[in-house]
Amino acid sequence: MLNLLTDPNLRWILLGSMLLGLSGGVIGTFSYLRKQSLIGDTLAHAALPGICIAFMLTGVKSVGLFLVGALLAGAAATLSVTLITRYSRIKPDAAMGIVLSLFFAVGIVLLTRIQHSSYGNQSGLDKFLFGQAASMTSSDLYTLGGVALLLVIACGLLYKEFKLLSFDPGYGRGLGFPMGLLEQLLLGLTTVAVVVGIQAVGVVLVAALLITPAVSARYWTDRLGVMTVLAGLFGALSGAAGAWISSGVSQLPTGPISVLAATACFVASVLFGPRRGLAAKLLGRRSARRRWLAESAGVAARANIQAAMQATAQAAVLTDGQANVHDNAHPNVHSAAHANERGTSV
Amino acid sequence: MTNRNRNVPPLAVSGLTVAYRKKPVLRDVTFEIAERQLVGIIGPNGAGKSTLIKAILGLQPALSGEALIYGKPYKVNRKLVGYVPQRESVDWDFPTSALDVVMMGRYGHLGLFRRPGARERELAMDCLDKVGMADFAHRQISQLSGGQQQRVFLARALAQDATLYFMDEPFAGVDAATEKAIVTLLNELKRNGKTVLVVHHDLATVADYFDSVLLLNGEVIACGPTETTFTPERLQQAYGGKLAFVARSEREPAGAAGNGR
Repeated sequence: MLNLLTDPNLRWILLGSMLLGLSGGVIGTFSYLRKQSLIGDTLAHAALPGICIAFMLTGVKSVGLFLVGALLAGAAATLSVTLITRYSRIKPDAAMGIVLSLFFAVGIVLLTRIQHSSYGNQSGLDKFLFGQAASMTSSDLYTLGGVALLLVIACGLLYKEFKLLSFDPGYGRGLGFPMGLLEQLLLGLTTVAVVVGIQAVGVVLVAALLITPAVSARYWTDRLGVMTVLAGLFGALSGAAGAWISSGVSQLPTGPISVLAATACFVASVLFGPRRGLAAKLLGRRSARRRWLAESAGVAARANIQAAMQATAQAAVLTDGQANVHDNAHPNVHSAAHANERGTSV
Repeated sequence: MTNRNRNVPPLAVSGLTVAYRKKPVLRDVTFEIAERQLVGIIGPNGAGKSTLIKAILGLQPALSGEALIYGKPYKVNRKLVGYVPQRESVDWDFPTSALDVVMMGRYGHLGLFRRPGARERELAMDCLDKVGMADFAHRQISQLSGGQQQRVFLARALAQDATLYFMDEPFAGVDAATEKAIVTLLNELKRNGKTVLVVHHDLATVADYFDSVLLLNGEVIACGPTETTFTPERLQQAYGGKLAFVARSEREPAGAAGNGR
């Protein structure tokens, strides 16, 4: 496992997985905030038939071709979801459920046909189900890394627009931004993030790398910029953990390990996130309770002191020095003391 | 703003018809709004008040008719228009601060790619100050009360620096302090030569707040100065069978009627 740091090939794989996790987290932030967490899952499942058809048509295993096939299939899937929701009373979540299972079923059928037929070098295509970072070639890595960087740069450039799109698209349209176009662009970027992530994490689990880091990041901050960076960081960490552990222990698939790492991140965030986390909430409630008890005890004590003060003032003559001391401690003793002074002077 | 002249009304709507599915929600709506007016858009639920605003702003396609902003289509004079949507239209748990939301009002002026900078920040702070929210600039928006969220939306519209404003129920579910702040703001806008259309539900305050009213119920019932237009007969017409309730709530003390939203 440690040879990762010395083996240049493994170092590349680690870097590639980190970049994939990073772009997934960044893009996923916007999907999550737009309440479209499931869209990543739909796109991922839809990518499988696209990849299979691309392979059947060309007989070549190449990330670039697979990307094109998956993009087209993803576009078809999102279009189907849009059409179903527009022309029926079916809600988006149900429509996505229908579409993603249909595309996945078609994908599995095609995959099985490929494996049982005489297509060229088909071995390794099934790795797309659960991902195998170690199966990436160095040229794959260049492509994936480049695409991942491009995604992050696009999100950086259109940060303001995507923020508006996620928060208040109607208002954005009123300001004159092409919201429909931006929405399609974000969907396209999500598809790309999913497709490049598939090789490392697999079709079934790639959605987790979009959503889990974003949800975890939300626990640590109330600022979109910080959240995007954190989601990217959590995604990169998960990707790195997946690549590292799976390349060390033979035959362990990368995807599930990455998802487990991302989920560990999520659990830690839920527990220890400031303000939103469970620990912070419990502590906050306890300290609020303690403060309230102290306050009500204080009120009672003050009432007692006041009563005692009145008693002593009536019994003895107050010197100025004593009065000042009490003034500082309890402002409302002040008036009582003065009232008593006036009372004694009369 | 160069093409504005005194004879062109800020808003002229003619023959506007809008349908969601089969049945038109708005039928042949025609009216004109004069400059420097606070206009209340009044009508029962489902009268198409919000739809009217959305259709004017191009957020809802119209079957026919047109709306002219200072004599030009909305697409041309978009920068002159500010819009305050209903508060419920967004998720307030979004990770952003009040100041950030107000800065969104400047996005249209920035255009694509450019990020808001120190100038936008300063302007947004001024707008927050105008609605009495300067102290809450860095608060996460879910930690604001309903009235404070409404004020943030108003500040965002102010930051747009428009001359014609549309506000969709800014008074809905806010406390007396916010209501007063909004009224003060409306009057300040008017003093600065702006025109404001407000969807409003509280009949008891219409006469106090607005110079003109637009009575709406699927079609325009009446449009004109409040004194001559906001009459019981016209209200009867606009509210139809619900007038019994309207008349009763008008007899109640103003405070009770004000809660009837």
